[in-house]
Amino acid sequence: MHGSEKDAIIRMFHVYRYYSARKALCDITLEISKNEFVFISGPSGAGKTTLLKLLYLGERVSEGQVLVDGINLARIPRKRIPFLRRKFGIIFQDYKLIPSKSVFENVALVLEAAGMKSSLIQKKVRGVLRLVNLEDKSNSLPPTLSGGEQQRAAVARAVVGDPQIILADEPTGSLDAASAGVILELLKGIHIRGATVIVATHDEALINQIGGRVLLLKEGRLESAAFVEKQYDSSLS
Amino acid sequence: MTVLYLKRAIQDILQNRFLNFVTIITISLSILIVSSAILFFINAGQIIALWQKGIRIMAYLKPEMAATALPGLTQDIQALDGVDSVRFISRDEALAELKAQMKRQSFLFENLAENPLPDGFEIRMDPSAQTWKNIEAVAARVEAFEPIAEVEYGQRWLGRFSRIFDLFRLAGYAMGGLFFIATVFIVANTIRLIIYSRREELEITRLVGATDRFIKIPFYIEGLIQGALGAICGLAILFFLFVLLSSNVEEGFFSDLFQIRFLSPGVMLPIVLGSALVGWLGCHLSLKQFLKV
Repeated sequence: MHGSEKDAIIRMFHVYRYYSARKALCDITLEISKNEFVFISGPSGAGKTTLLKLLYLGERVSEGQVLVDGINLARIPRKRIPFLRRKFGIIFQDYKLIPSKSVFENVALVLEAAGMKSSLIQKKVRGVLRLVNLEDKSNSLPPTLSGGEQQRAAVARAVVGDPQIILADEPTGSLDAASAGVILELLKGIHIRGATVIVATHDEALINQIGGRVLLLKEGRLESAAFVEKQYDSSLS
Repeated sequence: MTVLYLKRAIQDILQNRFLNFVTIITISLSILIVSSAILFFINAGQIIALWQKGIRIMAYLKPEMAATALPGLTQDIQALDGVDSVRFISRDEALAELKAQMKRQSFLFENLAENPLPDGFEIRMDPSAQTWKNIEAVAARVEAFEPIAEVEYGQRWLGRFSRIFDLFRLAGYAMGGLFFIATVFIVANTIRLIIYSRREELEITRLVGATDRFIKIPFYIEGLIQGALGAICGLAILFFLFVLLSSNVEEGFFSDLFQIRFLSPGVMLPIVLGSALVGWLGCHLSLKQFLKV
């Protein structure tokens, strides 16, 4: 299920990323289509997180080119970077919630940054907190929540702006099976609503549960690309 | 959006109470020192102006001067720039005035064989042109007239004092400038500390698509608030000290001549606005550096 040039939302050409002499990514060329569900798999240190960072300009490529929705990231002006980032909803491995702000404020921040009206923000944030079943925790501070609740808050923040692409970095890595199941269901729902979902994980069980294209990274190189059959009903929401 | 920025700025101030408190106190102290100097210069300037107002130029005539030359000389003096009025005082009139002023020492005049005082002119300056420079210039020109023997404008020390005072004023400007720069850097450093303590939060804000403007504006508001609050605190402390000191100054010391006054709203407002500008500038310096990274 490789994306054709026309419907590809992400394209990478011979991308390299060095840290001093160490190569974190080496000659990566790939395409991801709109509304595709893609896993980036591989052991720890394989370069999964680095690859995701290159997409939202958390880091810059050392060599090669990255195109997101037709935008060449090497040529994007500094002022346009926030608008590029609004195309993404990012679920970080360590959640990256602001500890001094409530769950509601953390989620609302995305919409405030986009300049949305306060009344609409209230409505959208309440809706998305209902979706992730955190309505009753909207005034809680992140440090008072469990790992699973924090991850759900992070998912809520990632989806509240209706982004085109969801990037999830080890979204179930530190969760128990029940919490991981909830996150999984949420990711499925987001995909069904039309978003492109890219999940970096080394959790094979997660890949088998959802199915999709799997890009295997090893020591910064793209080793293989395989397709795992979907094991969930796409009518799920 | 403005309400949102203001809300975020106030939230930030409350979340970083200690750092903001330190910044406001630092600004207050700078404002206290600078506004004390302003208070001194304004009041001292008014005292000098009052003294200068009382200055008259006395021009004494040579004894051999003919009375017919008097109207012409009066006109010549009157025509000089900055001269308001010229009054001829005859030597007899002068002696009568002196006797009136020295009633208690009238015995001194009993044995006078002849009037020792010369004829003279009392020259008063136009209040709008009554600067020390003008007084000196008019005195020099009057002295140059042939029939004039001597010119005196009393209180010459006032000229010297006035010049020293101008030097102090210059030093005050320099001091104000230095305090301005120092305070900008202090504010810049405290804002830098706040940014450093919140770098992770700011990084997350950036990653969720916030523009530089969205991140910067609350900090600028914070800087303006810090500056304005610092100025208000500094002026409040100065007012308290002013009330305390002025109530201890002996009554009647100045009251007949001059009333010491606190800074007027017209002076305080620019101080508060200037201080807010200091806060804004300090913030600008820090953010410029932070957003470069």
